[in-house]
Amino acid sequence: MTETTNQTGALPLPDRASQILAQARTMMDDLHLGPVQRWKAANPDGLAIGYMPVYVPRPLFEAIGCLPVTIFGGGDQVDIIRGDSYFQSYICHIPRSAIELGLNGHLNCLDGMVFPSLCDVIRNLGGMWKMLFPDRWSSYLDLPQNFALHLGGKFYGQELKRIARELHERGAKAYDPEALRQAMRNENRRRLAINVLDDLRRSEPWRLPASDLYVLLRAGGLMPALDHAELLEEFADAVRSRPARPFDNVRVVLVGAFCEQPPLDLIRTLEKSGCDIVDDDLQLGLRYIESAMDAEAADPLEALANAFIQFGAATASRYIGTAEKGAALLEKVKATKADGVVFAAASFCDPALLDQPMLEAALDRASVPFTSFKFSENTGQFQVIREQAGAFSDSVKLWGTVQ
Amino acid sequence: MSTALPVRNRPPVSLRPATAKDSSQDRQKQMIADHYEKLAHAKENGQKVVYTFVPGNLTELLQALDLLPVLPEINALQSGMRQKSAGYIAEAEKAGHSEDVCTYVKCDIGMLKSGNFGPTGTKLPEPDLLLLSYTGCFTFLKWFELLREEYKCPVVMLHVPYQPDGKISPEMREYVVNQLRDEVIPALEKLSGKKLDMDKLKEHLDLSRQAEDDLVKVWESAKHKPSPIDGYFGGVYYIGPIFTSFRGSQDAVEYYRELRAECEARILRNEGPQTPDGLMGEQRYRLVVEGPPNWTSFPDFWRMFAKEGAVVVASTYTRVGGLYDTGFRHDSSQPLETMADYCLGCYTNLGLPTRVDLLERYIREYEADGFLINSVKSCNSFSAGQLLMLRQLEQRTGVPGGFIESDLVDPRYFSKANIENRLQSYFQMIDARRLRVSA
Ligand code: SF4
Ligand code: SF4
Repeated sequence: MTETTNQTGALPLPDRASQILAQARTMMDDLHLGPVQRWKAANPDGLAIGYMPVYVPRPLFEAIGCLPVTIFGGGDQVDIIRGDSYFQSYICHIPRSAIELGLNGHLNCLDGMVFPSLCDVIRNLGGMWKMLFPDRWSSYLDLPQNFALHLGGKFYGQELKRIARELHERGAKAYDPEALRQAMRNENRRRLAINVLDDLRRSEPWRLPASDLYVLLRAGGLMPALDHAELLEEFADAVRSRPARPFDNVRVVLVGAFCEQPPLDLIRTLEKSGCDIVDDDLQLGLRYIESAMDAEAADPLEALANAFIQFGAATASRYIGTAEKGAALLEKVKATKADGVVFAAASFCDPALLDQPMLEAALDRASVPFTSFKFSENTGQFQVIREQAGAFSDSVKLWGTVQ
Repeated sequence: MSTALPVRNRPPVSLRPATAKDSSQDRQKQMIADHYEKLAHAKENGQKVVYTFVPGNLTELLQALDLLPVLPEINALQSGMRQKSAGYIAEAEKAGHSEDVCTYVKCDIGMLKSGNFGPTGTKLPEPDLLLLSYTGCFTFLKWFELLREEYKCPVVMLHVPYQPDGKISPEMREYVVNQLRDEVIPALEKLSGKKLDMDKLKEHLDLSRQAEDDLVKVWESAKHKPSPIDGYFGGVYYIGPIFTSFRGSQDAVEYYRELRAECEARILRNEGPQTPDGLMGEQRYRLVVEGPPNWTSFPDFWRMFAKEGAVVVASTYTRVGGLYDTGFRHDSSQPLETMADYCLGCYTNLGLPTRVDLLERYIREYEADGFLINSVKSCNSFSAGQLLMLRQLEQRTGVPGGFIESDLVDPRYFSKANIENRLQSYFQMIDARRLRVSA
């Protein structure tokens, strides 16, 4: 942590950027969801609604007085004792630790859970949740795979109304279009703040490494959009004055870790191995809508649904109908001036691993070098990954490709 | 389930010679042969070929437009049965596909890369269109994205919402109907070069209903003791026509009429079902099975049950391409709505609590002595959550549950000795419970 001397010169104080980072890290590591508990204490009529990755319509929840809380499982901090007895060995890790957290009471401050239609595992986890926690509200959120506004868009609008109605029946505020407009404005502001930081990490990755940005964004899953936007804005100002010196690293796009998250140390391992991660799909939920939502629309609910249809990110769980597979990734590589791509998927993650060969083929055709490995949220050994990423960055640096 | 019990030495049940041959089997074989023959000559006959999936298929619509379906899942399972899948999977993994993912997909991709020779040994025609009617599993999306890359042909997609609470809402139905009307039917009409004749579609839907009525009677015949059918191993043959290209055809109606008559005749003769080695003898255990079978060692797998006198009276795998015994029938008075309800109602499109309710119902209605889960590595759609299903069902019914693991078409995950041991222990558990109950 960088430190500056305070006014009296007596005690060294961390710089503001480092303070914010430390605060975000504490939030991220708090498996008892302390920030959510504090929010509930300050908003006694509000409901805290957990959701599994990746995307949910966060502004809708905020508009009806709910705090959407991202649940990423227990990462590398939780010993899985009961969760393992619910899943076969060939199923990824995040549902185990989510169940573990639920059964251990870590999620007791949540008033409900949402399971978006990301993959068969999250979908079935939604059914398990209903059976394991029958007294708590939970819902599956069916995101459309048909991207015509009058088909998928309409269906999704109806899903949003259903969710708002069900939560209102359980104590949330009634849906109010103006409240939704305000929530969308807040989310747009957060999105803008993320864009600013993304630009910074691309132009000066040594100043804002991806691992730091990751921690900042993880905190956003535990707080309202406006609070998070303000925090990010403050951080952006503070980090620019933080002393930093450039490294000679290769620039990579990290792909595949959109749901189960790798341990923070794994991200740092990649950085230490000579890779500047100039783009990634970690924390995709906050970046999923790739353009500003129309917060001034006459029907903001329709605008929220349409934003998903029109501006949703190309990711493995989203059907790519007519566009070329991998085109969005190649675009990203180009826009971020990346030298290559690192595929990092959670072990047994069907969407990511089924997508990967198609993305690799697109990279091959465009002569973009790539490397790949698998991880689990509780991976503790990084030696092999360090060597692989190191060899990759050396090779790209020397030859511009993988030898 | 406990696996600590010693393996017992109870003699296997003896099988009986069949007293009457099942002519329905021959009929089905002929239907399949004719279909692949048509496929072999599709291109020269100018017939358009549509690849599509089993759960939520739109066979009646394809028939009404004279389009020929190919079902990649069926090719994959046939490759498994013909011992070709290991090579195909290796081929796909060599091409960069992960060992962690669904083996049906890899088997299909490997078959394609090895020349695309189908189950009868003839080369399959390339698709003119991929019809991605996507029900109950996200892998289907990826599968056709992968095939689109290979074939460079158009895809039309039907997104079928999931039924988390086992209920079809008007919004779900409307969404599917609107997609059928606005996207799927126009794309199929364009391909076939003709307008959809609604009367023709209705005729096919009526034929579907007739076959479905008879199939339900076949399933329900297992309530009789001894059961005249095996609702899992035998069941996968019974669902062949209705889950694939034949539902909605006169052939299928005749097949199911004949099959039903055979079951009724076996009831009159007090006979059990066919097994790989003859007619089943004493039926010691009536089981309900959840999860797909293994195909690479299918006859061996079946024998492990048959020789113990274990007959499967109901299974969920045989409901994956249509759940008829809870009342659904294709209804020609509402052609699009009925196709929507069919797609929405396939077994793996139902939330886990509904799946548990259905299994409980089968256990009670079919008076099962136990239920068994065959958890396949490939299929998260089926498998994620099965261990909780096991607990819930044991709690609710008091009937012993068993759990075995294998795979659909990857022989690396079929351990014969291990499964046999587990089954032995499981049957012993049922025996022990019987003793306790009768004491
Ligand atoms: S890691 Fe992959 S398979 Fe597992 S829950 Fe997430 S998206 Fe689904
Ligand atoms: S995951 Fe299961 S349902 Fe999906 S394609 Fe594979 S075997 Fe079929």
